[in-house]
Amino acid sequence: MGWMAWTLETAIFFGVIAAILIFMSFLAIRYPEMPRRGILRIETTRGDRLFITLLGSAFINLIWLGLEVGPQPYALLICLAYGVAVFRWV
Amino acid sequence: MNKTVNHNAWFMVLPVVILVAFSAIIPLMTVVNYSVQDTFGRNQFFPVGLEWFKEILYSDRLWGSFQRQLIFSAIILAIQIPLGIIIALNMPKKGFWVPVCLVLMSLPLLIPWNVVGTIWQIFGRVDIGLLGYTLSNLGIDYNYTQDTLDAWITLIIMDVWHWTSLVALLAYAGLKSIPGAYYQAAKIDQASRWKVFRHIELPKMQGVLMIAILLRFMDSFMIYTEPFVVTGGGPGSSTNFLSIDLVNMAINQFNLGPAAAYSIMYYLVILLICYVFYTVMTNIDERNGV
Repeated sequence: MGWMAWTLETAIFFGVIAAILIFMSFLAIRYPEMPRRGILRIETTRGDRLFITLLGSAFINLIWLGLEVGPQPYALLICLAYGVAVFRWV
Repeated sequence: MNKTVNHNAWFMVLPVVILVAFSAIIPLMTVVNYSVQDTFGRNQFFPVGLEWFKEILYSDRLWGSFQRQLIFSAIILAIQIPLGIIIALNMPKKGFWVPVCLVLMSLPLLIPWNVVGTIWQIFGRVDIGLLGYTLSNLGIDYNYTQDTLDAWITLIIMDVWHWTSLVALLAYAGLKSIPGAYYQAAKIDQASRWKVFRHIELPKMQGVLMIAILLRFMDSFMIYTEPFVVTGGGPGSSTNFLSIDLVNMAINQFNLGPAAAYSIMYYLVILLICYVFYTVMTNIDERNGV
């Protein structure tokens, strides 16, 4: 693993994503779902909403960093709010 | 009918997961790891946090390349899609000329990128190239190695030459799948040529055109070989597109950290655009009941 140049931060980052994916798989098996249409008027499943959340979070973080809004960890709060909104309304 | 639920079938995709992990996911994770560290080689790394992302976000270099890339892709799409449709509309529908046209059209698509680059690199040269020599003898001041506009025009014409056939062939396939009854109905209604195009041919081609736009956008957004061979990013940095810039940074300058941050942002933009395209496409298909 040495050649992959791991740091603690990136390990946590990927660990969290892996944990979310495993959790979502568990949800999918335990509570099967139907796709639904939200405010974007596209059919989404939980997996689609997770993808939109993660991709959007990446851009939120970049914008936060680029515009120097504040300390980076606070961007995660915005991402959390964004994620909740996506899972609720999209 | 009651289907038995059996999730064990998911284990069948395990080989693919392992393959993709080996060829894509693990390298991508490594890029993420590089992006928060600095290195001077010898596999020694020093954590720098988000420094590289900040540096890249503030650098004119990235935004310059990004802007050029967007303009390039926009021009490519604006020329190739309408031109491809026009060519497809004028191609013969049956008879001897169909295979001739199809073969001639697909020839440029079969030529490797670097060969296309080399062809145009020589074709445009003022001293020995047919195009460059002719133009300069006609009194036109053409030199793609020194003039920004000439370099751009050469690259765009080259890409149009290389890839318009793809759009034309896709559009042609879409046109061929329209049943004759539609045209007969239009004839009975005395619809004009434009109306036939607007209300029959264009809607029926929508699916293939979306694929054509997606393919042409992705290819032109990630273009590397042809500009690298023809202009090498010059004159100055006027044709330095994202991939060329990235390779310069990562390999020629061995700035692995900034290059990793750069490629992650590049990747995110491509991912976003692909997702939007894909969602729009599948929704159009659903509405048309495909």
